[in-house]
Amino acid sequence: MLRLACPFCGLRDHSEFSYGGDGSIIYPALDAPVQDWHDAVFLRDNVCGRQVETWQHVHGCRMWLLVERDTLTHEIHSVRPAHSELASTLEGAE
Amino acid sequence: MTRFTAWNVFWQGITGQKGWTRQWRDPEPKAHYDVVIVGGGLHGLATAYYLSKVHGVQNVAVLEKGWIGGGNAGRNTTIVRSNYAQPGNREFYEHSLRLWENLSHELNYNVMFSQRSHIALLHSPGAIDAASRNYNTMRRTGTPDAEIWDLPTLKRAVPHLNYAANARFPIIGAAVQKRAGTARHDAVVWGYARAADARGVDIIQNCKVEGLAREGGRITALDTTRGRITAGKVAFAVAGSTSLLWQMAGLGGLPIESHKLQAFVSEPLKPLLDQVVVFGMGGAHFYISQSDKGGMVFGGDLDWYKSYAQRGNLPIVQDVAEAAMSVLPCLGRVKLLRHWSGVVDMSMDGTHFICKTPLDNLYLNAGWNYGGFKATPASGWWFADLIANDRPAPMIASFDLKRFERGLQIDERGAGPDCKLHG
Repeated sequence: MLRLACPFCGLRDHSEFSYGGDGSIIYPALDAPVQDWHDAVFLRDNVCGRQVETWQHVHGCRMWLLVERDTLTHEIHSVRPAHSELASTLEGAE
Repeated sequence: MTRFTAWNVFWQGITGQKGWTRQWRDPEPKAHYDVVIVGGGLHGLATAYYLSKVHGVQNVAVLEKGWIGGGNAGRNTTIVRSNYAQPGNREFYEHSLRLWENLSHELNYNVMFSQRSHIALLHSPGAIDAASRNYNTMRRTGTPDAEIWDLPTLKRAVPHLNYAANARFPIIGAAVQKRAGTARHDAVVWGYARAADARGVDIIQNCKVEGLAREGGRITALDTTRGRITAGKVAFAVAGSTSLLWQMAGLGGLPIESHKLQAFVSEPLKPLLDQVVVFGMGGAHFYISQSDKGGMVFGGDLDWYKSYAQRGNLPIVQDVAEAAMSVLPCLGRVKLLRHWSGVVDMSMDGTHFICKTPLDNLYLNAGWNYGGFKATPASGWWFADLIANDRPAPMIASFDLKRFERGLQIDERGAGPDCKLHG
């Protein structure tokens, strides 16, 4: 069982989360050439080692997170909110 | 290599089994091969065999980073079927099934192919409609053994499933392919290795590719842990590690992610289940058969996150055990013997690639998702055809990397471009 330190909820089992995918993908502008969209939607670097990926805490705060994880050893290097502005707004509200 | 014949088995039996020779040689790598196949798994070895047998290509090597049978060849649930509905897939898998039917004779090796039926349980009128559409499509396109069973027929064939009316998903019928079944996975990879070796293919184990020498649009040599090997043509058949080699060749991204899939085997039982039974409903996914040794062999979903680790996680063990209990409650006290995990290429549309690449002398066989085992004979057959003739035959024309650009994906599940959903 992997355990992810959700910045909002604390350390939780990965079964509370849903895996998104490669977090390094930057989607092109809506009017970008089709080839750019093809590459962003379909092509993956499929890193063996450290990669940044998205997870959603679906059975918790439902926030999207950016997790830096080793895809060979499963070591988790960092967890941070995917939308830092939203995160700081929430912290301000507390 | 000693051929397996009734006489040889008898003779060795009365002379102490001392006369058998080794199944394949252990050659030192030569400096040059006309064709180098990277990956000594089922597909790589089948490709080498058909290259030699059908196309007469001499001087072929298969490089394997570990040992024959140590990767996904020994990490699957051994199911063979051809119940696909999408154009391209259905003809390809049916061809594969027909090759399976003669494989033991072809290889002079008993692969224990057992056509015991593949029974996919159905739980709603909608599911019966969808399965009827698929299975009618199969019957119309060359797979004559597709059937839809009603509940009484199913109960006669498999009496001990959970037929409770108050089950969460009551069973109301089944989609059945009667020529489908199982084969002994180790025997298949050993059989292909032995048959390829007998035709002069060099199988080089403990030989990991660590670098590729490129000259313009060609790969000229492979740097391996056992020295540099120059090659006329290079073929990748390394499911799970395809992206690593692809990037070594400087070719960038692929529509593939590496995920891991677990399989399980129980302690041996007396004969209990004479078919392959599949349960897929909502979030559950479960398939089970009984091996000839008596172990219940079963599996379920992917581990849901990308990984190159050949070890499974525990939540999936629990998921699969729960699915087992909902379908076959009689397994409740059976002990698990072991479970293992293999790294599979999950592609963006759930379908594989057998194609040419941006490099002139490089050929790709990858992206087998859950389906690599059953595809073995046809995969080797058509990949050999591609390498020998340097053009895709019509049978595999749609299995190229460009299909995403054309908008013609072969998405059997209709799940969209998310690798983990194509289970």
